[in-house]
Amino acid sequence: MLADGNPADLFEAKGEGLWKTKRGPKAATLEKCDLGLGPGVVKGTFVTLPRWFADTQKVQDLESRLVTCMETLQGFDAAEIAKTRFGQGEQVNVTALATWVAAESRGLRFNLPQGHPEEKRSYEIGKRVFFFRGGTHDFSCASCHSEEGKRIRLQDLPILTRNPGDGVGFAAWPAYRVSNGEMWSMQLRLNDCFRQQRFPFPGFGSEVTVALGTYMGVNAKGAQSIAPALKR
Amino acid sequence: MKRLPTRTVAASAAVAAMTALLAGCATGPSEAELDRQALAAVQASFRDQGIAKVDRIKQDLGQSACSTDKPVSDAMAERIAAEARATMKWPTGGQYFGDFREGERIAQSGRGMTWTDPSTATSANGGNCYNCHQISKTEISHGTIGPSLYNYGKNRGVTDLMAATAQPIVEYTWMKLYNGKTYNACSSMPRFGHAGLLDEKQMAHLMSLLLDPKSPVNQ
Repeated sequence: MLADGNPADLFEAKGEGLWKTKRGPKAATLEKCDLGLGPGVVKGTFVTLPRWFADTQKVQDLESRLVTCMETLQGFDAAEIAKTRFGQGEQVNVTALATWVAAESRGLRFNLPQGHPEEKRSYEIGKRVFFFRGGTHDFSCASCHSEEGKRIRLQDLPILTRNPGDGVGFAAWPAYRVSNGEMWSMQLRLNDCFRQQRFPFPGFGSEVTVALGTYMGVNAKGAQSIAPALKR
Repeated sequence: MKRLPTRTVAASAAVAAMTALLAGCATGPSEAELDRQALAAVQASFRDQGIAKVDRIKQDLGQSACSTDKPVSDAMAERIAAEARATMKWPTGGQYFGDFREGERIAQSGRGMTWTDPSTATSANGGNCYNCHQISKTEISHGTIGPSLYNYGKNRGVTDLMAATAQPIVEYTWMKLYNGKTYNACSSMPRFGHAGLLDEKQMAHLMSLLLDPKSPVNQ
């Protein structure tokens, strides 16, 4: 890991700016957005997501929650943003915001709440999705991420069925990817995992993607977040 | 067992019933209900993209049975294996072998069948072999999810591909490539023949890569 010089810094700065800028049809900032620890609280939220939100009656991950705030506070169309391709339009801003929110919890340890029945259910769904085999190649998430010390080519694969350690797996994304020069959120990380699994396309913020976040996040309990990380 | 006074038994039964009721509430939906909800979530979450259509998440017997962290029952493993044997296709005209150089090229390629690939034609697909296996000694960029295949033929005593003594390992290897679930119901290995990922010629090239005494794998 590089101590400095991570281009994620640029996205982090952009995200902070976006949070405080009046935008959207309602010309409002996101400073009243509730990421789970109360309106406007950012620090510490990243290591407690996904979690249950009473207003949407849903378990939400960081990105789907940010989009909810963009809709309710700023007047953006959440469904429209969910349909937008990664790296385009408002999705670019969602990624930058997620990068900044994650960075505000750098060094904190994952501790997702599991008190609400829907949070427990999300974990159980996520676990089942993790082991769901399908596609042309019979792959599941578990094909690559359920054993210690495995590799694809020379790439180390984190074990995700338990705490993989500080700054590994769920505790490393969003991350700046040197190989393609892109900032990747967890939603995009999962999306590309499914692409390589030869699955069809998972919807942005869909139940499967959020439940996988709950599964990995709960399993990572106690792991220190290094997000936004620098990746190959 | 010591007999308890009747009143105590009745009271204990009432407490036990209440505890069971509360536990029922606290534990939420049953395992089977969660299984059903997870399937519903999968069906609701994915959509078609390019060549990757939602029919890919319609599981067959083996995919469904192996979607768990627990081992499948012997009876289920046998059902999956029996299905795999019944749908096995041997190479046309007994042409098990091709060119190990072509095999190496196919083994190196991890391409094909994703939603960013333009076509599902086998000609567009690689075998993804090095992603999971060591094969030739010269390729150090290999995965470790599957066992090393270095010296695959040599270690199994193959000195002549056409020898009768080599026949069992030749057939075994073909079956493993065509549909590895024949031997291991929940094998991580894709079913290259069964799923239409590689055609007979491509598999024959891989057979040569693994078994030909002249292949770099067996040096």
